[in-house]
Amino acid sequence: MKHSTFFWFFLPTGLAMLLFIAFPLVSVVLQSVHTPHEAVLVEVENCGPFGCKKVTTIDQDATRELRNSEPLGKFVGLDIYFDRGHLAITEVKTAWITSESWSGFFNKLGNLPFYRAIAFTLTFTFTVTPILIILGLTIALGVNALSERVKGLVIFVSLLPMIVTPLIGSLILFWMIDSRGILGTAIQWLAADPDLSLKASTGLTWLMLIIYGVWHSAPFAFVVFYAGLQTLPMDQIESARIDGASRWEQVRYVIVPHLMPLIMFVALIQLMDNFRVFEPIVGFNAEAHAQSLSWIIFNDLGGETRQLSAAATSSMLTIFGVAILLSPVLWRTWQDFKGKS
Amino acid sequence: MSSVANRYPVHLKVLIYGFITLWVILAAFPFFWTLWGSFKVELDFFSIADWTNALTGRNTSDTYGASFTDAGYVGAWIQEEFWRAVINTAIVCFFVVCTSLTIGTLGGYALSRSGFRYTFWLLITALIFRAMPPITLVSGYLLPFFEWNVWGILPTTIIVLVAINQPFTLWMLHSFFQSIPKDLDESAKVDGCSQFQAFRFVIIPVMWPGVITTGLFSFLLAYNDFAVTSMLLSDENRTMVPKIAAFLGTTYTEGNVMFAVAAVVSATAPLFILVMFFQRRIVSGLTAGAVKG
Repeated sequence: MKHSTFFWFFLPTGLAMLLFIAFPLVSVVLQSVHTPHEAVLVEVENCGPFGCKKVTTIDQDATRELRNSEPLGKFVGLDIYFDRGHLAITEVKTAWITSESWSGFFNKLGNLPFYRAIAFTLTFTFTVTPILIILGLTIALGVNALSERVKGLVIFVSLLPMIVTPLIGSLILFWMIDSRGILGTAIQWLAADPDLSLKASTGLTWLMLIIYGVWHSAPFAFVVFYAGLQTLPMDQIESARIDGASRWEQVRYVIVPHLMPLIMFVALIQLMDNFRVFEPIVGFNAEAHAQSLSWIIFNDLGGETRQLSAAATSSMLTIFGVAILLSPVLWRTWQDFKGKS
Repeated sequence: MSSVANRYPVHLKVLIYGFITLWVILAAFPFFWTLWGSFKVELDFFSIADWTNALTGRNTSDTYGASFTDAGYVGAWIQEEFWRAVINTAIVCFFVVCTSLTIGTLGGYALSRSGFRYTFWLLITALIFRAMPPITLVSGYLLPFFEWNVWGILPTTIIVLVAINQPFTLWMLHSFFQSIPKDLDESAKVDGCSQFQAFRFVIIPVMWPGVITTGLFSFLLAYNDFAVTSMLLSDENRTMVPKIAAFLGTTYTEGNVMFAVAAVVSATAPLFILVMFFQRRIVSGLTAGAVKG
């Protein structure tokens, strides 16, 4: 294909991505190093019948003019990155100096919103991803052994948790697991504790969100692995069996290595998707105990105040996290590409 | 395939069927429970006195004289004007799918037919864009959209969703077009077609399976999105998902949780139908990405 033909074919989609992904990204970078102008203050001497008083008022016109002339605000460099709402350099430093033990240090970090969000996001990402891969693989192996007649139905049902809108799915589970819902009541009955509420404790809230995450994403792993199982090399299985491999050994030494590329693929997609965990926190009404990086951005953007600079800085740090997560894959792709050409 | 040696022993078979049954219950029960409960009153939906009330609907028949009621649906659709959100969602989904397929098909086709180095970099850029959570871009949208006075309206959101959709669409269609033999359009070009004519008369007739599958996923992305739609749409233009989220804020205080439950069931129904009709395509779409990627 000629360069010019390629250009015209690619122009619409390229333009869409340039205007609505690349430019906003630049805008996010710029916002993260600017802070809104403070109001312009003027000192006015108010003289009344009881003498003169100096009053500080906001000069509305000057403020508006300043804000209009530089809508981005004042350049502050990396200040927002280091403030208390984000990396909190000073607070971390004091915590490091004043705490005697590691646990004390981490406790103090836990009081800083950004580090709390990082802790939850990473815990969520790195517990949900392996569990869902194992569960998905087990379901795939199980479904593969079913008779043909029920397979279709089982696949249909299995797709539901994945296809459903994340916010809606988490609401459906939340209403069941709520202390008044059917599962919540069942748990209270099992634990013989009528006041037990999953919402009240941080650990249980995290557990609840992790269970939701696995429920939501396991079908994806299942479908991919199930398709992979259809291409199993039967002769290898056969020879393994002749060599006396048990069923477990066949799975461990033949099937899993065969599926390895797919497992890596699912792991990559799920690491990316779980890192952006956000809707379940809203659905489960769990803000008090669990905050993720995406939730912090959402929270800054919402409401009356719309703290764009703070949100932009959180966004940059989140993208940075995604980049770290993705770097091994990018590196390998680059190596492959260099090897090919 | 099912030789004698490959047959499962009885205990393993029991184990497998037991496990799959458990999974099916886990996957499906919440939906049926919520569907069932959406026709009850709040006292029955939540097991406040006795959980069997949810099955018998005792409080529902006390209030309405029958063990099922459509009060939640009436409240959500008419009183809270959920129908507006449904129409908005339909508009957004329709235009997002059409636009992103049109421009994505052209781009994906070009990427699959051009052997130059920059296609690799474009695909990698798309992968990076795909990896970024959409919400990280929202703060970049707000300021310009306020300035240009285009915040809160449907077209803006549609364009943004199309753009966010593109990386995924491109990857999927790129791998799909690569599975269409290059000889097909090469021979058309030998016969005197331009590249676009080759695309129009040779590729378009055979591309529909891949395009429909990609369209399904574009639809799901637009339908399921919460982060972008809730930040970019004004109250009266809300689509279903942000509308439900907005319900939560008000209904918990007003005691109208059942409105939200009815709305949730209403929003899940189209997805059910979608899976029912397109199960095979969804499965093949998910695996196509996996095998190629």
